[in-house]
Amino acid sequence: MRKQTVLTLLTTGALALAGVAYAGTTITGAGATFPYPIYSKWAHAYNQATGVKLNYQSIGSGGGVKQIKANTVDFGASDAPLKAKDLQQAGLVQFPMIMGGVVPVVNLLGIPSGKLRLTGPVLADIYLGKIKRWNDPAIAKINPGLTLPAAEIAVVHRADGSGTTWIFTNYLTKVSPAWADEIGNAKAVQWPAGMGGKGNEGVAAFVSKVNGSIGYVEYAYAKQNHMTVVTMQNHDGTFVAPTAANFQAAAEGADWKGTPGYYVVLTDQPGKNAWPITGASFILMHKKQRGPAQAAEVLKFLNWSYVNGNQAAMDLDYVPMPASVVTLVRQTWADEIKGAGGETIWPAN
Amino acid sequence: MAVHIDTRRRVLINKLVMGVSTGAALAGLTMLVWILGDVALKGLSAINWDFFTKLPAPPGEEGGGLANAIVGTLILTVAAALIAVPFGVLAGTYLAEFGKTEKLGAAVRYVSDILVSAPSIVIGVFAYLVIVIPMGNFSGWAGAVALAIIMIPVVTRTTEEMLRLVPIEMREATLALGAPYWKMMLGVIYRAAATGMTTGILLAVARVSGETAPLLFTSLNSPYWLESLNEPIANLTVTLFNYAMSPYEDWQTMAWGAAFLITSSVLALTVFSRIILMKRMR
Amino acid sequence: MSRTATSESQIPEATAPRRAFGDVAFKAITTGFAVGILLLLGAMFFVLWRESALAIEAFGPGFLTSAKWNPVTEKFGALVAITGTLVSTVIALLVAVPVSIGIALFLAELAPEKIRTPFGVAIELLAAIPSIVYGMWGLFVLAPLMSAYLQPALGGLFGWTPFFSGPQMGIGMLTAGLVLALMIIPFIASVTRDVFRMVPAQLKESAYGMGATTWEVVKDIMIPYGRKGIYGAVFLGLGRALGETMAVTFVIGNAHRLNWSLFAPGNSIASTLANEFTEADGDLYLSSLVALGLVLFLITFLILGFAQLYLKRMSAPGSKG
Repeated sequence: MRKQTVLTLLTTGALALAGVAYAGTTITGAGATFPYPIYSKWAHAYNQATGVKLNYQSIGSGGGVKQIKANTVDFGASDAPLKAKDLQQAGLVQFPMIMGGVVPVVNLLGIPSGKLRLTGPVLADIYLGKIKRWNDPAIAKINPGLTLPAAEIAVVHRADGSGTTWIFTNYLTKVSPAWADEIGNAKAVQWPAGMGGKGNEGVAAFVSKVNGSIGYVEYAYAKQNHMTVVTMQNHDGTFVAPTAANFQAAAEGADWKGTPGYYVVLTDQPGKNAWPITGASFILMHKKQRGPAQAAEVLKFLNWSYVNGNQAAMDLDYVPMPASVVTLVRQTWADEIKGAGGETIWPAN
Repeated sequence: MAVHIDTRRRVLINKLVMGVSTGAALAGLTMLVWILGDVALKGLSAINWDFFTKLPAPPGEEGGGLANAIVGTLILTVAAALIAVPFGVLAGTYLAEFGKTEKLGAAVRYVSDILVSAPSIVIGVFAYLVIVIPMGNFSGWAGAVALAIIMIPVVTRTTEEMLRLVPIEMREATLALGAPYWKMMLGVIYRAAATGMTTGILLAVARVSGETAPLLFTSLNSPYWLESLNEPIANLTVTLFNYAMSPYEDWQTMAWGAAFLITSSVLALTVFSRIILMKRMR
Repeated sequence: MSRTATSESQIPEATAPRRAFGDVAFKAITTGFAVGILLLLGAMFFVLWRESALAIEAFGPGFLTSAKWNPVTEKFGALVAITGTLVSTVIALLVAVPVSIGIALFLAELAPEKIRTPFGVAIELLAAIPSIVYGMWGLFVLAPLMSAYLQPALGGLFGWTPFFSGPQMGIGMLTAGLVLALMIIPFIASVTRDVFRMVPAQLKESAYGMGATTWEVVKDIMIPYGRKGIYGAVFLGLGRALGETMAVTFVIGNAHRLNWSLFAPGNSIASTLANEFTEADGDLYLSSLVALGLVLFLITFLILGFAQLYLKRMSAPGSKG
């Protein structure tokens, strides 16, 4: 009996290790977790349409940047854009692929979704631990119609480093000098107050369990879990709700054309309806491609997604890039992504 | 009279301690049933024919399964075992047969006991640095090596213990027949210790098949069937981790399904190896 | 145990008069793999050391004593994570050791013969559940119970000490310690049970014959007799608890702040690594995380090293047990 077991183990192993040497076209990408669901959905549809396989793995934005630099993947993805200088140094091209919103959520008995209003500075003071109770005059002043409890505010933030935190702290840095001074903008920061949940899921779990809590999650989580969202005051002074249309409004006001490396951060953008905590997720590729054919496959997939992927994106509560930005991106491909001998990989528009 | 009171007190204390320990045992079992019940309750709804036969579907689409991840996890585990078992068995043999008094033996024993407790995430980072970076891409091999590193010390120590349980008379008898030492080991001692060693190996396999952290930066994951171990391959634990963290209900259900499958197969493996061991003990 | 190789493994080797080539090769091969284990650990240390060089250079020994963990200004210190790792492990042991001994006692002495085996296997099965499942269970099931029942009770009794004060949110050091305890109980309990079973029947029976109660037999005969085995089991659980990642991450609260209260969120080395390794950008940040991993490795090394030395001294000739 023992011999049989060993034999079975060995044969199974040998079969597995031999593998099948068949190689269809497979594109690999890795990086940000935020766009993982939509990239896998696009990959699935693209595979059915063309037979090309795209394997995108969510290892985190930091991982995405590291892997594209180390050349272990065909493209990297990051929620936090790289600065033009860093791109230059690493020989990378960067462009936005998809957008989404970050939404503050609360758990306050008797206050329905969308009723609580907050401004950027007040939100920053809550996360700084300076505003400690819900009935603080600063909150009461902008919410004249609401009866706010005297409960202590339980602040919830992300425990893991994340693009969501990067966008959120980027916003707080822009609207609160105190935040910019003491904490700053990064994928993980030294939080002065509160507790950390692992992933959006962890934050959502804490907020839904702890009364009097406030947290921030990606829009899809707030929507899918029917969480109580907050109305935020934007750059123009209007109070706006977190909706797909308002995220898109933030993208429209941005200056994509004049910003090198598309280093555009969509937080605190001008525009009457612009949701102030909006962000884009970026794709990173090498300027000089060792295998032009492989790079062309990547660009074909990305272009297919720009053209055919909008409905799928909206179904999953993402926001597609505006057409004008897509045109700019195609031009960038033609201008900047070259083969080893300098040949163009993507034909100019 | 004093003796009588003292006895009463002693009996009382005895009863108290007995009650507490019975309670502790019951609490342990309650926890087990509770956790398992929770996983089963949420996981069973995801388990159906498609779960075992189909490739993963993106969120919002009907159907889809984790067939590739199930196969991938099996292959990763087998590959890890193929690396770790010979390594561990031979090293364990050294410890049991030659390393009793040598300094080297003490050092190896000490180091394997520490490696058993090495945090799995650190082992993942290590495999990433020494395999993924030099090879230039994520691969099933890197994952298998990371898992193997976790298995090696477990297999080593179990092998040592099991070989030592073989009665000395058996050795003496074989050697008295004039057999060389290595023949005695291969023909008699390993055979005598085989059941115990198999149990140890199965327990090591059970331990690594539930690991997420060492695979995160090594074998990664994939939504497709595997074609070779030189590319990222699908596996259950990373899929579970990714899906559990997503906002979409169908993916979360899948995640519970994966949790249920992992837990029940690890449990089955453990029970199986316990039964082997118990049969042998009789 | 009768005569086994444990006590006399050198005899066969010595009695073989001629060493055939096969024997030499056999010894060489097995020795090679044994050395391989040392090399493996050496390689892990070397690689971790090399990758954390940047952080060691930047912060020096201050890395161990600084409570700062600020990715923005790139100032890193390991104090909060080290404290969290140690505190959660200590809580886990304080809970797990007595409960495990209780379970072992029940399984070895009290339970009716029929249910001993199924019960024993069931407890061991707890060890087979993947740690991520423990984490999710801790977050969704245990944490709400903590904040609703256990924490108010503890707060009411011991709220005057700094250890049980503050908001009772169900997440934090105490919850992490309890989840860890749950995870290591099966290890300690099953080994302790095996140890109890090995106590010679004559010893126990003579004690019972003198009128000792079950508890007295356990306390005065079984525990002292199996002391070494029990300590070994506890150390195994200790090693497990120190490096546990997924289960802790979900419930510890992940805050880089020191706090006296066990209700407050904290952080451990393993959970910091799990949380931040994938997203770390910047060489110093990454290097500091690897340095944290190295610290965890060293802590495990030291604690288990002392444990083994201790066990060895106990088993040295002349000492009982």
